[in-house]
Order: sequence, then C-alpha cells, then structure tokens
Amino acid sequence: MSGLKDAGHLFRFAGLFVLAFLIFLVVRHYIVPKSFGQYGHYRGAAMGEIAAHPAKFAGHDACETCHSDIADKKKTGKHAHVNCEACHGALYQHVAGPEQPKPGLYQRFLVMVGKAIPPDPAVLRHADDPSTVVPVKPDTATLCVRCHTASAAKPKGFPQVNPAEHSNGMPCETCHQPHNPAIDAGGAK
Amino acid sequence: MNISRRQMLVLLPAAAVAWKFVLAETPEQSPNYKMTEHWWGMLIDISKCIGCGNCVRACRTENDVPEGFYRTWVERYHVSDENMTEPEVISPAGGENGFPVAAEDSKKYFFVPKMCNHCADSPCTQVCPVGATFVAPDGVVLVDPKYCLGCAYCVQACPYGCRYIHPKKEVADKCTLCYHRITQGLTTACCEVCPTGARQLVDLKDPKDPIHEFLKTHAVQVLKPQMATGAKAFYNGLDGSVR
Repeated sequence: MSGLKDAGHLFRFAGLFVLAFLIFLVVRHYIVPKSFGQYGHYRGAAMGEIAAHPAKFAGHDACETCHSDIADKKKTGKHAHVNCEACHGALYQHVAGPEQPKPGLYQRFLVMVGKAIPPDPAVLRHADDPSTVVPVKPDTATLCVRCHTASAAKPKGFPQVNPAEHSNGMPCETCHQPHNPAIDAGGAK
Repeated sequence: MNISRRQMLVLLPAAAVAWKFVLAETPEQSPNYKMTEHWWGMLIDISKCIGCGNCVRACRTENDVPEGFYRTWVERYHVSDENMTEPEVISPAGGENGFPVAAEDSKKYFFVPKMCNHCADSPCTQVCPVGATFVAPDGVVLVDPKYCLGCAYCVQACPYGCRYIHPKKEVADKCTLCYHRITQGLTTACCEVCPTGARQLVDLKDPKDPIHEFLKTHAVQVLKPQMATGAKAFYNGLDGSVR
C-alpha cells in the first residue's frame, strides 16, 4: 500500500467528482420533467397539452342533434355528404357556448394552495343559450361558385357552370335550395 | 442587493413552490382515449378534389395558423403528355382562395392536396436534437412547443415541406392531425369541411375502418416512396408527375 501513501490528493479529487455527479443527479431529477421518457425520448405530457387546444369546428353530428329537419332535407339530395360547417363555417362555440377566459396565474395559485376549487370545465363552457354565437347566413353568390365554377382542372363528373352565363345575375338560391339543390326538389322559393 | 439570512430562508421555499408550479404539467385531456389503440393516417382521393380550398381555410381557423403559413395546402398540376417530369405546378396562397379558372387544353390538369404525411419512420423527428418532436404512440407526428428551440433542423429534414417556424412562438409548427379533435372522437377540420370527401381520416388499427378494403382494391400510393419514410397520407389516383 506504500504506493498509495502520497495519493491522498487523488482521492480528494475523486471525491469531488463523485460529489459533483451526485449533485448533477439531484439537479437533473428536479429539472427534467416527470413525463420525459414516459413513451420515448420526449415529454409524454406534451400530447395532453396539444390535445387541450380548443376546437373551432363542432362536427356535423353536433349540428344534426338539434337541426334534424335540415339533416333530413339534406339526406336525400346531392349535398348529403357536404357537412354543415363546410358552408356555415366553424361553429363549435354555437354548440358549446363562447370560450371563457382561462384562469389567471393568481387563480391557479389559489387552486394550488387549496383556497379555491378548480373550475369545472362543464361550467366554463355551456350551451344553455346557443344564440350567443350564431352563424352568418352564407351569401350564395360567393359560396356556390367556390365549388361549382367550371374549370378544366376539376373532375369531369363534378357539376360545374359558368356563373355569368348560367344564372343571368340571379342569386343561386332563386332556383336551387342549397340543402337539396336539385330544382325538382322544390328549390324555387 | 443584500439579502439577509432571514430573507433567504423565506425566499428559498417560495422559489421551490414557484418552480413546482412551473413543472406542473397539464393532465391527459381525454381520459377515454387510448393511444395504443389507434394508428392514424389520411386518405386523399385525387379524383375527388375540386380545389375549393375549404381544407386550407378550415385548418387556418381550427389551428390558428398564422397568415402566410400553411399546415395544409392544395397544388394544381398541369402536365403535358410529352414531358411528364416537368409539370407546371401552382398553389396561389396555398389554394386558400381557390384557383384561377383553367381553360381546356391538350394538357392534363388535377389538384393535389398536401399536408404532413405523419410518417412512421419520420426524418423530421430523427434530426431533433432536444426530443421536441416525436411520433406519438398513435402514429401522429407532433411538436412539443415547450421543448422546441426553433433550430429548424426538422423544417429542413421534412421531404414534403410540411413544417415551418411559427413567426410569433418561434418554434417549429406543423399539422397535428387535429390531435385535439381526434382524441375527442371528432374528425380533423379539413376532413370535416371537405365537400367531396377527397380527404378522409383513417385509423389503421381499427379493423372496421373501410380503409383496409380501400387499400386492398385501389391503386394507392404515398409521396416519395423511395425515401422509405413510412408516410401515412395515402393518395388514390396519384399521377406519376406529382413530387
């Protein structure tokens, strides 16, 4: 052991390394988010956060729950597979109520320390009154031509017209009811 | 600034509480959604696309995509029968406002909607130096905005040009396959508003999904198959000239 007699400085140095490594492990434990590595080399909680993005389109199932009369009318026509929001725009807020402001930092702090109860998401967004957000009636003059203007690039079987020649300036809904556009389906008002 | 020992004793626990608060993560939003039971993809039917731009507008609305950037866009191809390798391709404002009227001529015209292919072996996730982008267990390629540094390696790596650096957040941004919708049982915004059904969300792990029968009976192709990205945007009727 005489060879190690003068090696004290090496052990002290090695001790420092071990200490530094332990400190690194402790710091790392606190800095790396808990869900990192849960599913792979990424933060597992990121998926929940991305999924928390508020939706803007409600989906046609939601529309048809209340507007079953329109759904029935649409079902038999050429526009059966054109969903409501394709023409009427994004209407999640019509279904779920207008978006409420997110709780602020102070509010969340109160919840954290137990001085306030967390808000119920169902109370934050409710659709007691769908009329708070209502769709604007689409203008058929701009809406219909978006799809039905004739162009060589469109599939051949798709119904296409030259709007200027086709209606003589009359709005489309004079002859075609958008929910069931065939003229013999009672289009004219 | 001088801090006394007494002040320090108060400040340290306060800082610890604050840090705990920073680390607190949002819990799983849809408790009924099981990631391992899905493998998402998209079916895009070229023969049905009319170039109306509904998908591009809906995507912008649904995902707050900044002006001038696109998570999905539509291209119009114009291909002559003599020179298939050099098609004329236009995509004015990503097709957001539709396309100019095309007059009949001797060449072939068609529309190609484009978006993230949600590759199973995605080149964009492999180059991320910090683990900010990944293929989720349900097959969706996502970006963790809290971890992303905005180095844009992934923007360069994507062979399909589907990523961009968000001008405000300064992190990589891309199609999430409307992750907030599909985890709730809704379809994506672009599929919801497509008037002709040219886009369909598909779940390859769902044995009842009609995609299995469709893939078996149609000439379906993915973009740049030679790159072996495991792309899951399946194109029906894809012309050989499409890049």
